[in-house]
Amino acid sequence: MAGKTLYDKLFEQHLVRMNEDGSALIYIDRQVLHEVTSPQAFEGLRIAGRKPWRIDANIATPDHNVPTTERSGGVEEIVDPVSKIQVKTLDENCDDFGILEFKMNDNRQGIVHVMAPEQGAILPGVTAVCGDSHTATLGALGALAHGIGTSEVEHVLATQCLITKKMKNMLVRVDGELGVGVTPKDVILHIIGVIGTAGGTGYAIEFGGDVFRNMTMEGRMTVSNMAIEAGARVGLVAVDQTTIDYVEGRPFAPKAEQWDAAVAAWQNLVSDADAEFDAVVEINAADIEPQVTWGTSPEMVVGVSELVPNPQNETDPVKVDGIERALKYMGLDADQKITDIQLDRVFIGSCTNSRIEDLRDAAKVVEGRQVAGNIIQALVVPGSGLVKDQAEAEGLDKIFTAAGLEWREPGCSMCLAMNPDKLGAGEHCASTSNRNFEGRQGFGGRTHLVSPAMAAAAAIAGHFVDVREMVKG
Amino acid sequence: MKKFNQHSGIAVPLDRANVDTDMIIPKQFLKSIKRSGFGPNLFDELRYLDEGLPDQDCSGRPVNEEFVLNLPRYKGASVLLARENFGCGSSREHAPWALDDYGFRSVIAPSFAEIFYNNCFKNGLLPIVLSEAEVDQLFSEVAANEGYELTVDLERQVVVTPSGAEMAFEIDDFRKHCLLNGLDDIGLTLQHADDIRAYEEKARAASPWLFDAIR
Repeated sequence: MAGKTLYDKLFEQHLVRMNEDGSALIYIDRQVLHEVTSPQAFEGLRIAGRKPWRIDANIATPDHNVPTTERSGGVEEIVDPVSKIQVKTLDENCDDFGILEFKMNDNRQGIVHVMAPEQGAILPGVTAVCGDSHTATLGALGALAHGIGTSEVEHVLATQCLITKKMKNMLVRVDGELGVGVTPKDVILHIIGVIGTAGGTGYAIEFGGDVFRNMTMEGRMTVSNMAIEAGARVGLVAVDQTTIDYVEGRPFAPKAEQWDAAVAAWQNLVSDADAEFDAVVEINAADIEPQVTWGTSPEMVVGVSELVPNPQNETDPVKVDGIERALKYMGLDADQKITDIQLDRVFIGSCTNSRIEDLRDAAKVVEGRQVAGNIIQALVVPGSGLVKDQAEAEGLDKIFTAAGLEWREPGCSMCLAMNPDKLGAGEHCASTSNRNFEGRQGFGGRTHLVSPAMAAAAAIAGHFVDVREMVKG
Repeated sequence: MKKFNQHSGIAVPLDRANVDTDMIIPKQFLKSIKRSGFGPNLFDELRYLDEGLPDQDCSGRPVNEEFVLNLPRYKGASVLLARENFGCGSSREHAPWALDDYGFRSVIAPSFAEIFYNNCFKNGLLPIVLSEAEVDQLFSEVAANEGYELTVDLERQVVVTPSGAEMAFEIDDFRKHCLLNGLDDIGLTLQHADDIRAYEEKARAASPWLFDAIR
């Protein structure tokens, strides 16, 4: 019999029961809550007179709506009245039900997918959900984690379980060594370009091969984060010493004698050598250059040395239509050089790229340089209060502000523009976030997804440049 | 939950692939703490020419006359005909809430993004996967015939065209059962509370660090 994949093991370990109709009830170890997708779930519990099954499996923080400018005045001073109600509602719900929440001005507050692993709330081998599709991020720790809708948030609160169906297994292997200036963000954008935005639908992806083994946890989280942009709800990386070193000593990580038992249990969180995957994609690391999206779907991506695609080179009418529509929305010409795209704003942040390593990468590029005159705004938004503290301890904030970038308070910010940080119509933004959909960063805004280093380089040049030319030697 | 058995209604074709949840319901409307009232802002950026704001009266807004939902012939449509990977992007259940609130009861496409697909069932909205060829055929028929209606029969798992032709679709038994009977998932799961407690006891013995940690 063939061995098991990491996904198979995690699924089986959490199986409560198989129902007669083929659906499975799986146990959920951790739920992370934020203000946007939880209010209706709490309301549902109240209407039905239900209580959470387990309080200590939940952790919450507001992130989508919080302002990233000075906010010491607290929730009451959030200018947008609708945002204020949503943040207050989360506070009230967590207080009422006794759920641990890091409120807006707690320095442990942050983007859910940055905060939860940083606190050790997510551990290798757990099942974790959140009403947010980028919960895939947490798969980087060898956890079975995915986004769910609000009805399921309520279901998990009430039962600690999820009704689900087993996914298929896909292995994405990237072997070899990444070039200088090529980052985890470029790796995942390249993968999405290869398999497409629906290529992973129905699969749990495991990222394997040299490149991920040699990657830091921050880098792995960037990669797993965007599994959903390839259609896969789950993006796993096997547990190794890098994972264990990352988890050790975090506030909610196991302590003392429990630590040793946990580490022993986590050794098994890898796919067996003879495990069979339903699909395997192999990529050579040397083929990956810094990536830039040109269109309105993450799969519309090319290397920085390439050209904007020409619909005339496509035969599939649905694809031709997609390219033409995207070029029109983005205000780009077919066959235009990527490095000729002029930018208006730069956003460094989001659950994809707001961890300390991302900020270090960006700071290295802008240090001693100045943001170009045509850039209206260049934002740096750390992923959590603790990332912010760390960056300030390293002096990164000073490097950014000296170069003309703004240093902000933690939150989701311009990734989806639910707070005041947004693009104006027609503006082009070099963004380290994860979605370049129409209007995502603001009505009529034009998003180009890139790595933190590429965004930083673009801020300095005012248009896209190959960051490898700036970091040489 | 709302029951779904059979539904007949005007079909409206949304002819673009990869329609994402930001397109279905833009983020500014996610600030609501309610489940209802999203209908006027469904496809907001495609339907209107200006930028929509939460809690706004949409009746006086400039309308994009070319957008398919605004064409008089599709007024009152309740079956949405869509292309591949419909509902990709975020997990926001506001997307099916908006479709439902507008009056849609079913979405037909060659493929759906998973989280969106899941979320539909929780709200009595039936997502139906048909083959590319069948969806193409429906797109041409709907374009050629004003007032084109489709009947969706969940019990028999078929979509019926005005000519009486039937297209069969697959659906999980569990989901079908829940929709047909309007069952509440939580109530069903709680019938297995003993199994959940037994699982917890075993898990607590094997991995005690997963319990009582977050306080």
